[in-house]
Amino acid sequence: MSEALSPARAILKSTLRAFNTNKTSWVGLVIFVIVVLAAIFAPWIAPLDPLDQNVMLRLKSPSEENWLGTDYYGRDIYARLVYGARISLIIGLASTALSMVIGSAIGMIAGWRGGRLDTLIMQLMDILLAFPSLILGLIIVAMLGPSMTNIIVAIALTSIPPFARIARAPTIAMKEREFVDACRALGFSDMRILLGHILPNILPEILVMGSLWLANAIRTEASLAFIGLGVKPPIPTWGGMIREGFENILDSYWLVLAPGTAILIVVFALNLLGDGLRDAIDPKLKGEA
Amino acid sequence: MTAFLIRRLGFAVITLFAVLTLVFVLVRIVPGDPAQVILGDQASREAIEALRERLGLNLPLYQQYVVFVWGALGGDWGTSMMTGRPVIQEVLNVLPWTLELTFLSLIIGVIIGVPLGVAAAVRRNRFTDYAARIGSLLGLSFPPFVSALLLLLAFSIGLHWFPVISAKSGSLTAWVESITLPAINLGLITAAYITRVTRSAMLEVLQEDYVRTARAKGVPWSVVVWRHALRNALIPVITIIGLYLGILIGNSVLTEIVFSRPGLGKLIVGALNQRDYTMLQGMMVIYTLVVVLVNLATDIAYGIADPRVKFQ
Repeated sequence: MSEALSPARAILKSTLRAFNTNKTSWVGLVIFVIVVLAAIFAPWIAPLDPLDQNVMLRLKSPSEENWLGTDYYGRDIYARLVYGARISLIIGLASTALSMVIGSAIGMIAGWRGGRLDTLIMQLMDILLAFPSLILGLIIVAMLGPSMTNIIVAIALTSIPPFARIARAPTIAMKEREFVDACRALGFSDMRILLGHILPNILPEILVMGSLWLANAIRTEASLAFIGLGVKPPIPTWGGMIREGFENILDSYWLVLAPGTAILIVVFALNLLGDGLRDAIDPKLKGEA
Repeated sequence: MTAFLIRRLGFAVITLFAVLTLVFVLVRIVPGDPAQVILGDQASREAIEALRERLGLNLPLYQQYVVFVWGALGGDWGTSMMTGRPVIQEVLNVLPWTLELTFLSLIIGVIIGVPLGVAAAVRRNRFTDYAARIGSLLGLSFPPFVSALLLLLAFSIGLHWFPVISAKSGSLTAWVESITLPAINLGLITAAYITRVTRSAMLEVLQEDYVRTARAKGVPWSVVVWRHALRNALIPVITIIGLYLGILIGNSVLTEIVFSRPGLGKLIVGALNQRDYTMLQGMMVIYTLVVVLVNLATDIAYGIADPRVKFQ
């Protein structure tokens, strides 16, 4: 067990150092944690029911009762906003985790095996990367139907290539290192070397990419919902709220403003976090898109 | 150079086939019978059979594939299930709208992004740099439809400077009025990407030996930056603009919806809502063609700009 602990501790240490060299990462992390907590403790933070319709309270502007006003069905916007964070986060986290695991595995295998397989896999990844991800996601969801699972799969599929790329390069570099030779000499299996010895070394980069792609996944989910391919109503989603608000934009602008700001804040926070951490891990990449 | 071109061309052809296959598979893994889905639950058996025949769904799968790929390459993408007009005609009708929007926003993006990226790199870790970095990160964070809505709220609904629904262009003023906000929206987001790439490319180039040599022999700093360094830094910028195209296409879809602008975006969303499968299939083919062609053009431009690439 001791060999598994030391890389973990090393990662923790380098993560802390990364956070301290770049203060903006802290800002991003704090905002993101606040949003996660709000989503988890939604019933306490937003006492009103996000699904409760009241025709009498239709399209009310912000008031003491309804902090951010009400929508076309008289539902409380603030409550829908807080509960909507759950959908954004679940879809974002699940799809990013999925593409992170699959993408990294593909990239590591391609880098480790090399040769024809490597070329084939990376060409496939380039093809997937070349295609407009929103269009691909849109068509997959339209074909399979807008359920939460399908949305997660569609978003995950479009973000596999970047993870494959980021995992492949360091795997190739590390393949030649002495500690890998040592592992081979000890008779470790490929699987054990990859998971136990190479993965911990490339994990920081993958996780940093993860935070940037989480931002992207949340934005894509909102975009799909805006187009009408979100989780089915009446479940509140930020993109879906904007879609509904867009129909009443001429007289009730707050309907789009509130969820729009929410998406912007979460995505910006995650970008701050990921961007800052990436700088700290690899100063050479500073500010690359 | 010829070998390089042939290799890139080969890759473009493979990509095209791969995506066409993907489109073919995607359209066919729809749960249920497409003919049934199109005609609805009340349709008679004969009507469904007739439609299946018309769509070629009664053929064996490999024949369907050959028919599809052959048609796609020959420009025959079937007829739209909703309007009954050929898909290619529907696409060509709105293509100029999307093209003018994306080109204009690319130009705006380059005009703003390149100088800003250079300025940020030159004044690294000073106010200009921080402002440019935070600004571009904010630009990247905006979902395109949210920024579009903000522009619409501020300038169309609030200040009444522009019509809420982009009028059909006839006169020059009408054209300017209809394209200004959408182009600014896409242009600013594009500028955010270009700023970041230009900045990081410039940072790398400014550390090169030849930059130090140029300074040492007394070349004015502005000439070093704008002529020596920028020219080399632009190479990765060109590649990224090519890669960015996929994102730009997605962003233009959302922008077109918000500003009620005709274009591929409105066409594809309309097709989605109407479950117009032939149209969707055709749209994917055109997007693939555009992406493959632009990537090919980028590769070639890259090969010309940086001779080292050809030997990799």
